[in-house]
Amino acid sequence: MKKKTIIDELKKIVGAENVLADNEDMVTYSYDAAVLDAVIPIAAVMPENSGELGKIVKLCSEYCLPMTVRGAGTNLSGGTIPHNSGVVILTGKLNAILEINEADMYAVVQPGVVTATLAAAVEKKGLFYPPDPGSQAVSTIGGNVAENAGGLRGLKYGVTKDYVMGVSFYDAHGEHVRSGSRTVKCATGYNLAGLMVGSEGTLGVMDEIVLKLIPLPKARKSMVAVYKTIEQASKTVAAIIADRIVPATLELLDNFTIRAVESYSKAGLPLDAGALLLIEVDGHPGQVEEDGLRVEELCREFGADSVKVATDENERDRIWAARRSALSALAKLKPTLVLEDATVPRSKIPAMVKSLQEISQKYDISIGTFGHAGDGNLHPTILTDKRNKEEWLRVEQAIEEIFDRALELGGTLSGEHGTGLAKAPFLEREVGRSSILFSRRLRKALDPNNILNPGKVTGAL
Amino acid sequence: MNDMKSLAQRVKELEDQLVVCIRCGTCQSVCPLFEQTHREADVARGKLALLDGLGKNMFDNPNGVEERLNRCLLCGSCAANCPSGVNVVEIFIKARAILAEYKGLSPAKQVIFKKLLSDPKTFDFFTELAGKFQGVFTKKDKNPQATSCARVISPLLDNRHFPSMAEKSFHRLTPRLNTPVGKSGIKVALFTGCIIDKVFPRIANDVIEVFKHHGIGLYIPDGQGCCGIPALASGDRKSFTKLVAHHIGLFEREKFDYLVTACATCTSTIKKLWPSIYEGKESGTRAKIGKLSEKTLDINQFLVNSVSLDPRDEIHGTKGGPVTYHDPCHLKKSLGVAREPRQLIKASGHELVEMEGADKCCGMGGSFNLYHYGISSRIGTLKQQSISDTHCDTVATGCPACMIQISDMLAKSGAQVKVKHPLELYADFLRNR
Repeated sequence: MKKKTIIDELKKIVGAENVLADNEDMVTYSYDAAVLDAVIPIAAVMPENSGELGKIVKLCSEYCLPMTVRGAGTNLSGGTIPHNSGVVILTGKLNAILEINEADMYAVVQPGVVTATLAAAVEKKGLFYPPDPGSQAVSTIGGNVAENAGGLRGLKYGVTKDYVMGVSFYDAHGEHVRSGSRTVKCATGYNLAGLMVGSEGTLGVMDEIVLKLIPLPKARKSMVAVYKTIEQASKTVAAIIADRIVPATLELLDNFTIRAVESYSKAGLPLDAGALLLIEVDGHPGQVEEDGLRVEELCREFGADSVKVATDENERDRIWAARRSALSALAKLKPTLVLEDATVPRSKIPAMVKSLQEISQKYDISIGTFGHAGDGNLHPTILTDKRNKEEWLRVEQAIEEIFDRALELGGTLSGEHGTGLAKAPFLEREVGRSSILFSRRLRKALDPNNILNPGKVTGAL
Repeated sequence: MNDMKSLAQRVKELEDQLVVCIRCGTCQSVCPLFEQTHREADVARGKLALLDGLGKNMFDNPNGVEERLNRCLLCGSCAANCPSGVNVVEIFIKARAILAEYKGLSPAKQVIFKKLLSDPKTFDFFTELAGKFQGVFTKKDKNPQATSCARVISPLLDNRHFPSMAEKSFHRLTPRLNTPVGKSGIKVALFTGCIIDKVFPRIANDVIEVFKHHGIGLYIPDGQGCCGIPALASGDRKSFTKLVAHHIGLFEREKFDYLVTACATCTSTIKKLWPSIYEGKESGTRAKIGKLSEKTLDINQFLVNSVSLDPRDEIHGTKGGPVTYHDPCHLKKSLGVAREPRQLIKASGHELVEMEGADKCCGMGGSFNLYHYGISSRIGTLKQQSISDTHCDTVATGCPACMIQISDMLAKSGAQVKVKHPLELYADFLRNR
């Protein structure tokens, strides 16, 4: 029997305690954080080192077994939902920070290292790893690289792809491939590390990642601006960018979200405000002072009723606590929460905000909008109950319309959650037929048996 | 045995609570068990998915789900940090009960819960017997934790180092008490709790002394037993309900302002689980439970918020040494009590040194420690390291169950650290100034 053979072979590689195949355990690896149908795999395996990982990939290659790598399973596009005849490779025990090099400012990590753990470790040495996806307390670096995760600091510091210097991985045949380097510059060969970023486990299985680190900014200043209308807030965002100021974070909360946060945390937010902007500038103390004052001026110029600047760390924490609790507060309103991340060029934020309001009315659904206004990456968050079939249909139509509006404005389906299963059917609308075909041919050449996370990104081959 | 379909039907009763989980996975960042095993079935999200599967009749038998559901400390770290507010502990307890009622309790648990625990007199008789003979099987460690360990290899005791059963349990020393209200104008009833009664009567003695000092009237009724959490953790709602009804009867005999306990787990059980899980039919009892649980307070919380403590600058004599504090899960995560025990320690003239991860679970988890001693010890070792790193010679914590686990871990590591309840430190301070 094939399944039994495979499980026995896996046990030989990693030991019986690291192989799971009971029906109950398989149910727990059948989902991720995306609102999609669960798929039950045949086994899950937890390698403890790179050597074991390589042998697992080789075994899957020999038996033509689909494999899906899973870190924390926080994916919002279904990238970690496995194949029904496949194996789930768990990176939980590949969680060592192998090196933090202060002189050359890079870190070498295994894929299972938790993002926040790495960020804290480098900060202790006065260095900075800026990408901070919302799930950073649990998400893994492997997952961040595979999805090209973003976060609140995208505007000034970029996203995961901007920090990947090198990746080593096992290809579909189980061969170990090295790419990139520990140098700032590297011009040899194809940029395979770049190719691995955002590949969602469809091109190889990573075992080591080299990440760029930067110096920790010396000063920062946070403020919150209150607006009567969301239009005023979104115009301020465009004005700040046009003034050649790049805040570290520039976040927006709409009225729906403000009310949700307030009823949840009683933080004293103005319930009648149309929108809030939460802004932080950081860098050299002198520049922080100057930029902070100018941003404050711009907020007022574009109609802010009030601008409150945090005078100490406690006040700063209170400002950001409101933003951090946005998703939690919204999640408590209804059983099902669909967190979208369609993104537009930042100058188009006012137009996108208007579109979202229209879509919410047209389909008669609740949408709370908050997110990274400064980089054009809003999170329209739809609140529903999937058990209500009629409403769910309207939700699906609304999501499709959100995609279309974002594309019309020159944007993208996903700023940071990835394509996965959820957006694969829509990808052609964004990139066109020939891009899909090129991607599929690339995949087919590297993975002829289609065993690396099948079904994701490019759809069925 | 009923069929799986009827079980699915019963689990479906939890559906409205189960759908609240949006599968975000945040629970992984705080689950002490997941930190050790990295297995999804060990964390709340996985267990909720399994219960969802059980409700959808996805399994041939309930054993696999039951086994995984029981691998949980019930520490509530997940619930305290859940963005969607899933009431994880209540769901798990209800699910354990549904499974136990479907499968029937094991014969051993039937004896323990139905015959022993739910009848305080029988329970006392057997624990006293055990107390008398413990010296035959165990020997004293002669360490600051005053623990004992097995004389010979014992599958039951394993290599545990545990505080000995008291020679005389608290209710033997003070079967009942009813003192008049003094200068404080407050009357308090004390729920003693099993571990304090049988292992740490010194804590209850200190309660009497401290209350006397502050002129607080104290009511301790005769015939108290267990708060019911061990039965509930094994899914025995009947024994739990019997115990709740028993105590409601005991405490309605006297008027008092607060019901106070010095055990985090008892407080949390009385406040959270008595009202939500009690399934008795008698009219009126439910309302009485509501009222009693509303006026139930942790002892640190009561002393700091309701009594004006003697401030420490009045101390004449030596100042207490540095003390570190461990947050019991059932105080901080379940009830949000974290500030008050610290204030009590400081009011006792000690410098408070925070340990790394003070609110991380110690790994005790009641019966979890019995069935999964290996993992429980791995979690506890992390706690021991954090304590040792502070270089304090005393660790305080507001839960006698945590005290047992921490004593075991410290004894194993050979650390010269005493384990105390914050109330003991305050009582010491009042005695020594």
